[in-house]
Amino acid sequence: MDFAASFALVLPELVLVVTGLALLLVAAWAGDRLARSVAIIAVSALFGAGFLLVPGLHLGTDGAGTLAFGSLIKVDSFALFAKALIYLSAIGCLVVAPAFFNSEAAGVERGLRAEYPVLVIFATLGMSIMVSAADFMTLYLGLELNSLAAYVLASILRQDQRSAEAGLKYFVLGALASGILLYGMSLLYGFTGSTDFLAVRLALSGELSTGQLFGLIFVLAGLAFKISAVPFHMWTPDVYEGAPTPVTAFFATAPKVAAVALTARVVFEVFGGQVAAWQQIVMFTALASIVFGALGAIGQENLKRLLAYSSINNVGFILLGLAVANVAGASAMLVYLFIYVAMSLGSFVALLMLRDEGGDLYETFADIRGLAVTRPVIAWSLLFFMFSLAGIPPLLGFYSKFVIFQATVEAGLIAFAAIAIAASVIGAFYYIKFVKVMFFDEPAGVVTGSSGTAHWVVLLLMAAIISPLGYLLTPALTDLADKAAGALFFAV
Amino acid sequence: MDFPILTAMLLVPLAGAIACLIVGGAAARVVALGATLATFVLGVLLWANYEIGGAQWQFTERAELFSDFSYALGIDGISLMLIMLSVFLMPICILASWEAVTKRVSEYMAAFLLMEVLMIGIFAAQDIFLFYIFFEASLIPMYLIIGVWGGDNRIYASYKFFLYTLFGSVLMLIAMLWMVAEAGTSDIPALMEYPFEAGPQTWLWLAFFASFAVKVPMWPFHTWLPDAHVQAPTAGSVILAGVLLKLGGYGFIRFSLPMFPQASADFAWLVFALSMVAVVYTSLVALVQADMKKLIAYSSVAHMAIVTVGLFAFNVQGLEGAMIIMLSHGLVSGALFLCVGVIYDRLHTREIARYGGLSINMPYYAIFFLLFTMASIGLPGTSGFVGEFLSLAGIYQASSLVALICTTGIILGAAYMLYLYRRIAFGAQVNDDAAAMSDIRPREWAMLAPIAAVVLWMGVYPESFLAPMRADIAALDARIASAAPRSDANLAAGTPRDTNANAVDYEGGGEH
Repeated sequence: MDFAASFALVLPELVLVVTGLALLLVAAWAGDRLARSVAIIAVSALFGAGFLLVPGLHLGTDGAGTLAFGSLIKVDSFALFAKALIYLSAIGCLVVAPAFFNSEAAGVERGLRAEYPVLVIFATLGMSIMVSAADFMTLYLGLELNSLAAYVLASILRQDQRSAEAGLKYFVLGALASGILLYGMSLLYGFTGSTDFLAVRLALSGELSTGQLFGLIFVLAGLAFKISAVPFHMWTPDVYEGAPTPVTAFFATAPKVAAVALTARVVFEVFGGQVAAWQQIVMFTALASIVFGALGAIGQENLKRLLAYSSINNVGFILLGLAVANVAGASAMLVYLFIYVAMSLGSFVALLMLRDEGGDLYETFADIRGLAVTRPVIAWSLLFFMFSLAGIPPLLGFYSKFVIFQATVEAGLIAFAAIAIAASVIGAFYYIKFVKVMFFDEPAGVVTGSSGTAHWVVLLLMAAIISPLGYLLTPALTDLADKAAGALFFAV
Repeated sequence: MDFPILTAMLLVPLAGAIACLIVGGAAARVVALGATLATFVLGVLLWANYEIGGAQWQFTERAELFSDFSYALGIDGISLMLIMLSVFLMPICILASWEAVTKRVSEYMAAFLLMEVLMIGIFAAQDIFLFYIFFEASLIPMYLIIGVWGGDNRIYASYKFFLYTLFGSVLMLIAMLWMVAEAGTSDIPALMEYPFEAGPQTWLWLAFFASFAVKVPMWPFHTWLPDAHVQAPTAGSVILAGVLLKLGGYGFIRFSLPMFPQASADFAWLVFALSMVAVVYTSLVALVQADMKKLIAYSSVAHMAIVTVGLFAFNVQGLEGAMIIMLSHGLVSGALFLCVGVIYDRLHTREIARYGGLSINMPYYAIFFLLFTMASIGLPGTSGFVGEFLSLAGIYQASSLVALICTTGIILGAAYMLYLYRRIAFGAQVNDDAAAMSDIRPREWAMLAPIAAVVLWMGVYPESFLAPMRADIAALDARIASAAPRSDANLAAGTPRDTNANAVDYEGGGEH
């Protein structure tokens, strides 16, 4: 394949690279004065890159024509679906950021820094590469580009001790995870002689040798770290709590999508012939994430920590789809991811809107008491998100659980599904606690600050998606997810 | 059917709910009353246009709006009656909350209208997943109604209600997914005909049982009910007792029995055993309650136990009786909660001992209360009698022992209801503030009189209510008859004599 065709395939990434580098220069020379313009340009670039995905998404692409640069990169429907979701969540998180950083009492050190949108662009670029990787080298490059940007983002409020601590923790544990992943990749390379996904897959046919099995397990452990699945979830609550809320919203959505998509690609494309070797691991991780995500959240007073546990819990459900190990499961997983992004983004934006006159955020249960009286629209939206996360119909969160369990049951894993769904009732406890605090308790009357237009737009848009109206989206969503999942299994 | 009346019945209260939230404040009451009355009118039209003896499923609508399941509505006689019950009780609930609810009125009214949407949806859904969505969604407004407008211990009650019922129904979802994967359709009428294997039937039945037994509620899954009832506002209790408890019975009659006849027969002993315990135990518990609402809540458990026994009697009388008890109990226990609400609004206590001698200062109230007490006991002429007689007759054919024990429920029911009535309405007026209460006002007349009229109508001429359901119950009976468990009643028909029983034997030489 010639380079022109390859470049055409990675056009969205090129847009992001060029914009990111140009904006970096602007940020370096013009400084924070132009931060707002930088953010606007970054959002436009993400929109543009997302727009470029539309034809491919619409038609569905798979097969050899999607390989670029000597099969280092694969731009199939699956990659396109994941990218679209990543860009959308990145846009959502960028849009809500300026109002957070530029609040009145923020002071000099709190203002929106011009580097922030640039870092988001680079992180998004990294994720974009991750999901279209067709080779372990590409995978690692994308992952690290994303992670390095994310470490800085976590500690972007450098005067805030919690933010700095979150960044450091994220860095140390993320580096450890990368190390584990790299070790697994090197083992696989050593025992198969290639880093190319298809070549490794061919070499892995038949009985796995001990070295190959170790490689597989290390790769999976490294990836489990990135998606914060139990037992590699410990960093999540700390980082989510410490990082500035827009950054947390970003962490909970875009990188999650990227890491889950990457995991799906690795297990299906590389280890697709060895389902028995990883299915048990994924099943255990899924169930453990559901249970620990639910139990860990129960005692939490801090809302961001609680949402962190909720994301662990959700990853468990996503992994259920992976554990099914067929097209229906992968498709269900993608549908779940879409709905999960809408729910998480919505919940975090709602948290962003809860602030006092000075602009400081409220983060604990005590602060949102009686919110239904003081800020009814935010409270009702949060109620939507919480019931949706708990999977109560008629909200769209039910549909996400529905498709996952449908795939699980159709694959014959009935006992597994029954245990998982019974455990989900534990999770319902803390979601309805949210509602209880907002609706049943007497108002604390502390939420006074006003919120920006961008917040309202994102909040109401997400609430509309999650509301029963969202079910009208399901035929289109299912269609796209089926195409994407089909592309993932095309190689098989 | 040209006009999509079922969709209209879903949309009218939904629009009302949204309007309530928009107009806010006191105007929301009027909007809510208007919307529920409009829905009731639609319900009357529905009944008037329902063709008795016509197609099994009428007013069907279908639209493929969603992937994996479709928007399919349609009703048979059983659904029709339960929809009528819901739309009839709703305006009364709004009236009952007219003055009692003062905080966040618009949200309260919106929650009730949403409940109405969901209840109609539950009974009209013809797609099993659509049913599940409506079924589960009813948790949200009910959770809010109990939690926001409930009594002192409302938080505990709302959690208990939510988690109990959620846990019950998630396993049912897994069972539904399996059934749809197996049968290849999510259409309820098609699933009702589908022959599932005997082995899976067992597990499917148990999964559905987990959900419906909590909803009914059957002993020992009933503990959420007294808490929820006592803490809910009056209208919330009416909806809980009047309609939400019927969801369990409806589930048995629509899903468990026709879809898993073999498993239903195998587990009939379990249902019988739990129901017998419930009848005796909860009646005794009701006898010692000091809180009026708790007493009625426990009596609900006992009445619903007779419903479940009737359903699993595997004969027409049992099924018809169970349906009539469900309708009758919906009206009567709803009315009893309203009666409690009337005096609670005046004295703000549900403690029985704080009242006494109300028949002196509230004669009309005492008459209504007496009527509903008698209907609850099952006095002939009231709706309660028809239902209990039919279902006990059905049960007797299935098992004379079960019938014997369930009949004690009627005696115990008379005991606790009359005891309650005596302590509240008769005797000396020991409490001055209770003695000073005024009799029922026009608004309360408007709540109680229609229910009283229907209770008498159902008691005197139950055919109006049985006729629409007859064909559906016969079809259900035909479906499950082959699986019917062996009864222990051993009713020997014997051979009829040639002559009349009072014939005199002339040949024998007797002279007249």
